[in-house]
Amino acid sequence: MENDLITAAIVVIGVPAALVGYILLTERLIQLVPEKKQGLVRPWFWIAPAILFLVVFLIYPTLNTIVLSFLDGQSKNFVGLDNYLWFAGDSGTLEALRNSVLWVIFMTGGVVGLGLLIAVLVDRVRYESLAKSVIFVPLAISFVAAGVIWNFMYQYQDPSRPQTGTLNALIGIVGLGPTRFTQEQPLNNFALIFIGIWMWTGFAMVILSAGLKGISIELMEAARVDGATEWQVFRGIVLPLLMPTIFVVATTIVITALKSFDIVFTVTNGNFGTDVIAREMWQQMFTPPGNFGRASAVAIILLLAIIPFMALNIRRFREQEAIR
Amino acid sequence: MTSMTKAIDKVRPATTARTRRWGRLALHAVVITMMIFWIVPTLGLFVNSFRPAADVSASGWWNALVPPWDFTLENYSHVIAANNLGDSFVNSLFITIPSTVIPVMVASFAAYAFAWMSFPFKNAIFVAIVGLLVIPLQSTLIPVLRLLAATGIAGQFLAVWLAHTAYGLPFAVYLLRNYMGGLPKEVFESAAIDGANPTTAFFRLALPMSVPVIASLAIFQFLFVWNDLLVSLIYIGPTNPDNLPMTVRVASLVSSLGGETHFLTAAAFLTMILPLFVFVLLQRYFVRGITGGAVKG
Repeated sequence: MENDLITAAIVVIGVPAALVGYILLTERLIQLVPEKKQGLVRPWFWIAPAILFLVVFLIYPTLNTIVLSFLDGQSKNFVGLDNYLWFAGDSGTLEALRNSVLWVIFMTGGVVGLGLLIAVLVDRVRYESLAKSVIFVPLAISFVAAGVIWNFMYQYQDPSRPQTGTLNALIGIVGLGPTRFTQEQPLNNFALIFIGIWMWTGFAMVILSAGLKGISIELMEAARVDGATEWQVFRGIVLPLLMPTIFVVATTIVITALKSFDIVFTVTNGNFGTDVIAREMWQQMFTPPGNFGRASAVAIILLLAIIPFMALNIRRFREQEAIR
Repeated sequence: MTSMTKAIDKVRPATTARTRRWGRLALHAVVITMMIFWIVPTLGLFVNSFRPAADVSASGWWNALVPPWDFTLENYSHVIAANNLGDSFVNSLFITIPSTVIPVMVASFAAYAFAWMSFPFKNAIFVAIVGLLVIPLQSTLIPVLRLLAATGIAGQFLAVWLAHTAYGLPFAVYLLRNYMGGLPKEVFESAAIDGANPTTAFFRLALPMSVPVIASLAIFQFLFVWNDLLVSLIYIGPTNPDNLPMTVRVASLVSSLGGETHFLTAAAFLTMILPLFVFVLLQRYFVRGITGGAVKG
């Protein structure tokens, strides 16, 4: 208990005070430098903490992981491409890779498609903000809690007993037998991906809806006066103008889908053919005795899959800067 | 807006009124169906968390909505007492608050320098930081874990604070730099003429003027850290289970409780209370933050 109070004091007062103290202290130091030189020195002190964090916890570890991926399980001997060859030849990892591709395609498609649909539709109803809040709320929930929530949605009982899972009860009404949503392949992968869609659609909806509000109403009205149908207005005006925003959303979701770990970890723990790359890495790290070489190779493959999207992100950023 | 039907009017004037009514009806049906579908999973969990164990395993949550009502707080008292969820709630707070405060402050220092100071390689360094935005944290896990273990930090809250700060920084610097760069130049120029040094200008001007974006960033980071499983699982998990946050506790309950799923409902709902509360209260800031980052330009 006493320990908790000390931690609480550090948490609430100590940490912010230390950071503000750092800036005030360095300013005192900078004042010692001749005035003309101060402007040259100061910026480095201001970016130093950020750079330090990024080098120690992102840049160096990533480079180190690349090296580890060429070493054996205990990081002692050089094994060349063995870990990558293992990845390419193992049926378990290939299945994880296939599932990750499914995640990328269907989660991105589902989130962007549904997000766009909802954004366009709620724009026309009076209870727009209520509807948006409802769709948006799952984003505040952890993947773990979402996993528990959907365990109950997908719950299966023997056909002789009343179904306690919401979905099985619903399909029972229309006369279909109960289904093991999290076990039957390939259905279970889509059941898991749908949890991701349920969580992230609100994210896409909010961003696309903001983009939608930025499109000139006059432009759309003009097209309507000229006799364009609502579908033509959407295809010809709304969609092209929203394209950059859709692109940003899609990139974010692709990266989220590639990194997805928690849902699979909580709902099936990778069983029944639902493993994904991110969970496979955890498996290699922590299944005794632990193979850090293979785990690193899996991490690097994940990184390689993300790099094209990183390149797109940077290019987009450059373009944005050019406009400013 | 009745624009949807307006266009149809032009094409088929004869069926105006009826088409409009059906169109509106279909629109409402789709929107409301979506809303129901999005709310039901959470609602079902919420209802189940107040039902006795026997009921939860015998019938679906919707049966509890009709009399006779039989609700209980037993699931909650059980998970708090028997599974230490009270402790891990406090742990989650101890992890989340500094993991939000540190990156926001460190990023605001850096963002201010990128926006209002000049130094060599400024743009190159900034672009490099934005590039780090998509490094999967998985590719850092093993070296960071070794580093933390070697320095004896692994298992302590500090380990997670440092890691979350680094993982949150690229987005934080990017968002804050964009916002601070958009503040009016004249304000900083006149402050400099009045003899204020950049440090004073930062605390008196830049920081107060950036409160909206700092708020949305803080909410974003708070939710991200509170909901995180992987970072705590790996950097705290094996060495010091007493410091584990709620997400890890609940995830391990999922496998260990097995048949006792009624306790799981209460446990899951306890992890959701704070984020939902923060989220509902501060939704406006949150939305402004994520749309500001993406739509701008």
